[in-house]
This record gives sequence, C-alpha cells and structure tokens, in this order.
Amino acid sequence: MAGTAGTHGIAPHVGDLAERLQDRLEHVLGNSQRVRDLQRLSGGASRETWSFVADSGQGRQPLKLILRRDPPTEPRPEQMRREAVALQAARRHGVPGPDLVDWSDHSAALGAPYLLMTFVPGETIARRILRDQRFAQAREMLTAQLGRAAAMIHEVRDEEVGQLPTVGMLECLRSRYETTKIARPVLEVAFQWLEDNPPPPVGQTRLVHGDFRLGNVIVNERGLAAVLDWELVHRGDPMEDLGYLCIRAWRFGGRKPVAGVGEFSTLFDAYAEVSGVRPDPEVVYWWQVAGTLSWGIGCLVQANRHFSGATRSVELAAIGRRVAEQEHDLLRMVNSRKPTRSH
Amino acid sequence: MLHTFPDAAEIVTAVREFLEREVMPRTAGRLSFHARVAANLLITLEREMQLGAETEARYAHLLHSLGVGDETELAEQIRTRQIAGTDPRVVTALDTITRDRLRVSNPVYLADEIDDDPRQVNCDNGQHGEEAQHARR
Repeated sequence: MAGTAGTHGIAPHVGDLAERLQDRLEHVLGNSQRVRDLQRLSGGASRETWSFVADSGQGRQPLKLILRRDPPTEPRPEQMRREAVALQAARRHGVPGPDLVDWSDHSAALGAPYLLMTFVPGETIARRILRDQRFAQAREMLTAQLGRAAAMIHEVRDEEVGQLPTVGMLECLRSRYETTKIARPVLEVAFQWLEDNPPPPVGQTRLVHGDFRLGNVIVNERGLAAVLDWELVHRGDPMEDLGYLCIRAWRFGGRKPVAGVGEFSTLFDAYAEVSGVRPDPEVVYWWQVAGTLSWGIGCLVQANRHFSGATRSVELAAIGRRVAEQEHDLLRMVNSRKPTRSH
Repeated sequence: MLHTFPDAAEIVTAVREFLEREVMPRTAGRLSFHARVAANLLITLEREMQLGAETEARYAHLLHSLGVGDETELAEQIRTRQIAGTDPRVVTALDTITRDRLRVSNPVYLADEIDDDPRQVNCDNGQHGEEAQHARR
C-alpha cells in the first residue's frame, strides 16, 4: 500500500506535526532533533497513536518514540493529565512500562493534549501472545508478572496522583446501560446479583488501572514489558483490576482462567508477594461478574452507535449479536454452584 | 415456494462466498477485516435461516410461560424485582434463550469448560487452587 499518510488522508498534517515535534523535542531534550518516519499506527478512534524516530545526528543513538495525542477537534486535557500522572507514579513503583519523555494538557505545542513516550518493543496483540511459539516462555511467566504489576499499581498513594475520580461501579454501569435505551433481561439479572452479593466495602481506595488486560500490555520473549492505556485510571477497589483481568473475553480463547495463560493461585501468590495481602477470591469473583457486565454493556453501546445512525459500520452492527456471549457468561457465573459467603 | 433459483439461503451463501473467495484475498488492512466481518454475519444469517423457526417458537413459548409479552417487559419486571433474577423458571428461560442466540451467532462459544471461579471453601487456611482440590480427594 502507498504510505500510511495517504491512507488516512492526513498528508498535509503529517509534515506540520513533524515540525511541531521537532520544535518541542528541541525544547525538552536540549538539542535540535530531526523527526523521521513519522507514521500513524492503527488504533481506536478516540486517540491518535504515532511512532517516529528522533535523530539528533551528532553520532548519538536515534530515539524511537511514541506520541499519543487527542484528536485536535476533541481535546480532553483532564484525562491526559490523569494518564500522565498515573503512568509516572506506576513507573516509580516498578510497574514495567514506557518512560514519559514529555506530556501536556495544553494544545499549544502539538495541537492537542499528548503523551510522548519511549518505544517499548514487543507484542500487544493477545492472539499472538497466546499462540506464537516465540512467546512460549513468556506465557509461563506472565501470570505472576501481571500479579506483581497489579500490586505495584495498587501501591500508588493518593498524594502521588492528585484528584482522581472514585467510580461507583454499579451506578456507573447502570447509567451507561440506560443511555442505550435497550432492555436486556440477563443484564438485569446480573445487576441484581451484584447488588444482592456485594463485597465488603474496601477500607482504603487505591489507584485502579481500569483496563488491565491482554491487549493493553506489551509482552516480549521475557514476558511483561509494559502496562499501557491508562485512560480509565481511577480510585477504587483494587480487586477490580484482578477480576477484570480474568473475564472470559480477555482470555482470547486461551485455556487457563487468568488472561488465558495462568491459574488463580499463581496470580494471587504473586500479588501477595508484593502487596503483603492475598486477594479474597469472593471479592475477585464479584469483580469478574462486574467486569463481564461492563464489557457486555460496552458491546451494547458500540452496537447502538450503528443502530442510532451515529456511525454506520458493519463491524459495529456485528457486535450487537455478541452481547449474547457476555450474557451467557453472566448466567453461568451467577448461577454457579460454588458457595458464596452470605452477608 | 415462490422465490427460488436461487432461494434466500442460496443468495446468502453466494454473497458470502464472493466475500471470502474474491474480496478478502484481494484487499488488505481494515477493508479486508470488514469483509471478514461481513462474511461472518452472512454465516450467522445462514444458521438463523436453518434454526430460526425452531428457536423463535421456543422463544415465544418461554416468554409466554413467564407471563410477559416481550423481553422489555421481562427486563423491567426483573429490574423492579417483581420477578426474582434467581427464580429457577427465569434462569432456565434466559439460559435457553441465550443459548439459542449463540447457536445462531457463535455456536463455538457454547463450549465453555474452563473453570474460572477462584472461590474455594477452605481458602483462608492458606490452601488454594489445585492443592486444595487434591487435599479433598
């Protein structure tokens, strides 16, 4: 195919962005930089992801960098600030990830709020991580690495990240569900189960990643290389991250319960190793159900974009038939015969 | 039958084959992916045409047996707790309806043997996972 710029119809803007990046990098890194190979990577509609090489041309090693930028027409500065601050705090606590070279919640420098990060080589596509021979050893180590990384994320203190929203999960889910104006009895059954079997209130809210799963991490031959996509970070019950990691959708067809690659005992042991506290399986299970419900509602919302006429798309239309998958999981999970602790 | 040669099912199959054999191999990236999605939707339609009558009949019967006119009404009754979500008749009906949907849209999804329930009876004495299972046997 011809250059990616032509494919996305943004040719005039690529040169402009490259120039602004050069200016910004000179300011940040202290010497003049040439931006080479600027290209937009495929990805979601809400954020732009670009890769490029910054070359100072003085015999120094060129720097491969990633730019994550809001669309200039839809800046979300507060969100970008949250992401930057959370990523930096997580890195300080040892969570694997890119380093933040620069960021801004203003549009002056690069046309929109952005994060500029080091490039971390590896794979993000879950099916490849689960199936390629290349990652056979990584798969053995990944469950424990994910457990330890989650515990490190949950160590981040309030003062490190400033004001973050605390999300009331059921209220949030109910509100999202109601925007679709679609009635699904199985989702109501799940809401009822979650309301009737609540976990004990969490003593101290923690930093929660909010989208902790395969697809949002980079894996190399040695295992977990980076935790990405901090857009949904908030304060809450840390078990949300563990439950979410273990929903069926995020197994991507893998045969083991944790991210398709590992056992609960491995995950919980690794988590306890770092945090000093062993996760309560009852609480994790509640968050697995909540996470499944959340993903089901997400599919409803996506499909509804097609049916409302907002974005006609064969892909979005197809998602409508997939809600039954999460409904099937929900019915299975809330009707499981294993005992639930009575409250 | 009035509309034949080809009938509806044969039209669906012909269009699906066109997408799979001609469009997908000759396109790339997003377009190829969307052609795959479209072909999969037609496969769903093929299954719906085969199983539709049987599953629609069962669906109508189940809703009727629960005393509701449609799913919206059922959802409302569960939401307002006029019907308990744990009522065995509701559970069975919704399970059957959901399975019938998946038989049409994604039958392989019904093969779900993975145990993804971390709760065990004796977790607090330090035993967990497979070790606890073996200890009880």
